[in-house]
Amino acid sequence: MIWLAAFFGVLMLAPTLLPNNYYLTILILGCLHAMNAVGLCLLVGHAGQISLGHAGFYGLGAYTTSYLSATVGLSVGLSMLAGVGLTVVVAVLVGLPSLKLKGHYLAMATLGFGIILSILFTETVDITGGPSGFVGIPRLTLFGWELRKDVTLFRLVALVLCLFVWLSFNLLHSRVGRALRALHTSERAAEAMGVDIANYKLLVFVLSAAFSGFAGVLYAHYLTFIAPSSFGFMFSVELIVMVVLGGMVSVPGAIVGAFFVTVLPEFLRAFENVEVLLFGAILVLCMMFLPDGMAGGWRRLLDWGKARLSGASHG
Amino acid sequence: MDRTILGCSGVAVRFGGVQALADIHFEALRGDITAIIGPNGAGKTTLLNVISGMVTPSHGALRFEGRDITTLPAHKRAWGGMVRTFQNLEIFSNMTVLENVTMGCHGRLSLPAWHSLLRTPKSRRLEAEVRREAFEALEFVGMADLAQATAKDLAFGKQRLLELARALAAKPKLLLLDEPAAGLNIAETQLLADLILRIRDTYNLSVILVEHDMELVMRISDAILVLCFGQTISRGTPAQVQKDPKVIAAYLGGDED
Amino acid sequence: MDPSSLLQYLITGLTLGSTYGLTALGFTIIFNTTGVINFAQGEFVMLGGMMSVYFMHALGLGEPAAVILAVLGATMAGALVERLAIRPVRDCPAINLVIITIGVSILIRGLAMLLWGKDTHALEPFSGYQPIMFLGAAIMPQAIWVLAISLFLLGALKLFFSGTIHGKAMLACSYDPKAASLVGIGVQRMVLLSFMISALVGAVGGVILAPITMTSYDVGIMLGLKGFAACILGGLGNPFGAAAGGVILGVLESLGAGFVSSAYKDALAFVILLILLFVKPSGLFGLKDSKRV
Repeated sequence: MIWLAAFFGVLMLAPTLLPNNYYLTILILGCLHAMNAVGLCLLVGHAGQISLGHAGFYGLGAYTTSYLSATVGLSVGLSMLAGVGLTVVVAVLVGLPSLKLKGHYLAMATLGFGIILSILFTETVDITGGPSGFVGIPRLTLFGWELRKDVTLFRLVALVLCLFVWLSFNLLHSRVGRALRALHTSERAAEAMGVDIANYKLLVFVLSAAFSGFAGVLYAHYLTFIAPSSFGFMFSVELIVMVVLGGMVSVPGAIVGAFFVTVLPEFLRAFENVEVLLFGAILVLCMMFLPDGMAGGWRRLLDWGKARLSGASHG
Repeated sequence: MDRTILGCSGVAVRFGGVQALADIHFEALRGDITAIIGPNGAGKTTLLNVISGMVTPSHGALRFEGRDITTLPAHKRAWGGMVRTFQNLEIFSNMTVLENVTMGCHGRLSLPAWHSLLRTPKSRRLEAEVRREAFEALEFVGMADLAQATAKDLAFGKQRLLELARALAAKPKLLLLDEPAAGLNIAETQLLADLILRIRDTYNLSVILVEHDMELVMRISDAILVLCFGQTISRGTPAQVQKDPKVIAAYLGGDED
Repeated sequence: MDPSSLLQYLITGLTLGSTYGLTALGFTIIFNTTGVINFAQGEFVMLGGMMSVYFMHALGLGEPAAVILAVLGATMAGALVERLAIRPVRDCPAINLVIITIGVSILIRGLAMLLWGKDTHALEPFSGYQPIMFLGAAIMPQAIWVLAISLFLLGALKLFFSGTIHGKAMLACSYDPKAASLVGIGVQRMVLLSFMISALVGAVGGVILAPITMTSYDVGIMLGLKGFAACILGGLGNPFGAAAGGVILGVLESLGAGFVSSAYKDALAFVILLILLFVKPSGLFGLKDSKRV
């Protein structure tokens, strides 16, 4: 918990250290991505499931709130609530049949679902504005107070991220987290101890979808413009990359992975076409050599270095 | 009051072309230690799997404490007080001994998930209670000092005890033991026999156990069911079953027809 | 609904469906030998088309030579994928393998994007552009090539699996790898072979379809997914089912695009996929009990 408070503190101070607003944008996006990644980390690393369509939930939240606030004219707060709510409902509807599937079947089902949503976002031009996107989304307004300054919005986003992390830690250190770890090791034994496996899988699935939906809602009102290309298969893959980089089971790792993936394109400005290739390479190499992510790899590197040093001094 | 805690009527199981169990009828009485024995391939573990809910019978019905549970999912049977151990140990190897045993309390001491999500005072009190009960169970089997050890690092005999402690933490009404003596030597089996008797008396529960070790079975069972090739060939007290010629033939091999 | 339109849609559907079928066949071959679903299957299809274009434009080769070289190149790619990405991690949990094959698929796509850019390219039809009129429908000669080559490939594969020792060995690996290796079958080599054959089949599919639908670096994902949907439709593990599933899917998609809406035609395949996965994962002709409960 101390770490979480420290992390929150760092985030709050960060804007003052940044030279200009552009970096603030990256920070905000990083936090939004991290919200997605934390939820997915719970699903993949702890519940042992996979979702290749989580971008769909991100988009569902974003488009729902945009449509309700800009087109229908509801208040931003209400639209946001509806955005998250709809995401949760869809997650339950999709999760119930999907989570009965295993391994590659589940992967395909979530992938198919993600792509169907992606196609819907692109084709229902009347609602979503089609491929050219949805413009004119109102800025984030809470209880009549419009968050005009980006810094304020960032502080809110950072707060929500820390809230999600707090919820995740609570869950993982509770009987639910224990049940998840149990069913990861032995589903039979977990069942014999009274763990309702289907229920827990659905719970984590819906929770992770809710995190993504909430992030989507914030995303829409921050950028005031959204396009279907942000919510497609590639983004779902990016989310998996974030979780994999973070070591699958680690929530802080997922956050680091999220920021890494957010910042990477900035460094690859000159090599725009390398991004896709790099993500593919990261996925393959990480799954093969670094199953516990960057942190694990770093740790192993340090251990190897220490062993070499002590070997040299004893040699 | 009917003393039957578990009743099987006409239970049959088919796996593809194989009839694993055919027309099994038996009743386990409350407070009894009922053993299911038989030569290899008799269907003993299949029957236990049917009772615990891991296998659905193709025919027949199962009643637990008078209620029909034939199609009740396994985890709900655990909630109802039926807990089992496994022949091939299924401990949670990456968790500590204590955590393993706390899993036993999972079905009995529960709260809606949002309590866990928000770490409410209620959930913290529940955690404390769960820890207490887990320690109790560990102390009963004599493993309280190993509480923080990682499960996969334990010796085999201790891992068996761990599974038992985990089952006890659930304070079951019916304990299903699947070959609990497998892999134990004579001394350990003796201790196990005493332990099972102690468990039955202290926790006031009923036991159904599947076993190969005849000494253990004859020593502690109140009733025995003998299976062979998926069919019941004998039922009764240990004394009766021991003298039953059909049982002797099944184990030693009858005359070739 | 006039008959010649219907016929037109049917032909288009059959043509498209053949590619789905060939892709599905690729999935099936690898799945049957290893139990792995190779998400990168669609990329082999893409490589067939894109490599042909590259060999023609960059190396100035004639189309026949370019096509053959492309198929060989894709087959080599299949071998590389197996060797580098699959063999080291054969015993991983399913989720890890899923992520790895997705990673491979994206890697190949990224490479293609880097090497050949994002443009769509056209391949010359094998025997010209002149459509053949048949019962009021205009059939492109390429469509006939597609159907003929697909059938030929299907027949050849059937012969391979039931007639040759290597084919039977591969089937043996799918039923029981341990038993197979006990009788002297080099399971690792069979796995390698399965990847190479799948890549070959996929690449051929890509090559014969490219003149009709054009090709670019990102056609792989959709084709791969639809190929997988076809697999499930026909029953995972059943090569005949895969081919049939592909054709059925192609025809349904074409009819849907023609009579309902062409914008959502891609979605149709996925809706079918989802319905199948939820309701009957063993598909129409499911042989193996490939659903794990």
